[in-house]
Amino acid sequence: MSATRAAVGTGARPPGHPGPTRVALPAAIRDALVAHARAELPNEMCGMVAGTATPAAGGRPTTWHPTRNVAASPFRYEVHPDDLLRVSLDIDDRAEEVWAIAHSHVGSPARPSPIDVERAFYPDALFLLVSLDEAEADPATGAPSVRAWRIVDGQVFEVGLEIAG
Amino acid sequence: MSTVRIPPLLRARVGGTKQVELPAGTLGEVLDALASAYPVLRSLLFAEDGTLARGFRAFVDSRDARLTGGLSTPVEEHDLVVILPATGGGGGGGGA
Repeated sequence: MSATRAAVGTGARPPGHPGPTRVALPAAIRDALVAHARAELPNEMCGMVAGTATPAAGGRPTTWHPTRNVAASPFRYEVHPDDLLRVSLDIDDRAEEVWAIAHSHVGSPARPSPIDVERAFYPDALFLLVSLDEAEADPATGAPSVRAWRIVDGQVFEVGLEIAG
Repeated sequence: MSTVRIPPLLRARVGGTKQVELPAGTLGEVLDALASAYPVLRSLLFAEDGTLARGFRAFVDSRDARLTGGLSTPVEEHDLVVILPATGGGGGGGGA
């Protein structure tokens, strides 16, 4: 059973949280995530965000790389192996790092599911989740819920998102 | 010789090494040679039954090794072997 610890506010890092507790995400990348999620309906979308370094090392996001979901499922995702190789080498060759792995949940909250935690193999990166569940949308704007998490050794930690630009 | 690209996630454990040249053979033999050169990688790359650890994907000459014979996949001279952390998950439900 994994634990979920939320990082709220802008105060000191909660005990046990690996940090960072908050990150800035460009609005253009947030909007692209949501657009890709909608375009991939009824299936989950997935993709990768490159950064100057990992969030664990204080990096900032630079580039959104949408990928194909080889699972082609409303309930599962796996970055298409050809895309995983191509994008990972592109990021590596630019001396950048994988800043986040993104995917959508079409009918559940933007919170890691048990299988998300079980298959989380990027402990230094963020997991960005987009929920297209209308019940999770911003009540004022109707915008889909987008949340960020670190998953380290089966432990789940929320990272606050500040949408910039 | 083949070239093996070490995933960024593991480079801190091998002194920052990005890639190494290793004799061609099978993927299993190449990864075993990698683990011999950097023993700290052995328990990370291999499962207890000797298969590739489930948290990693391996690509030989740009092909997913799951589709080409797993650790028996031939690695030819000048091939590039790339190891990457796996991705996957999902919201679940739907009987999936």
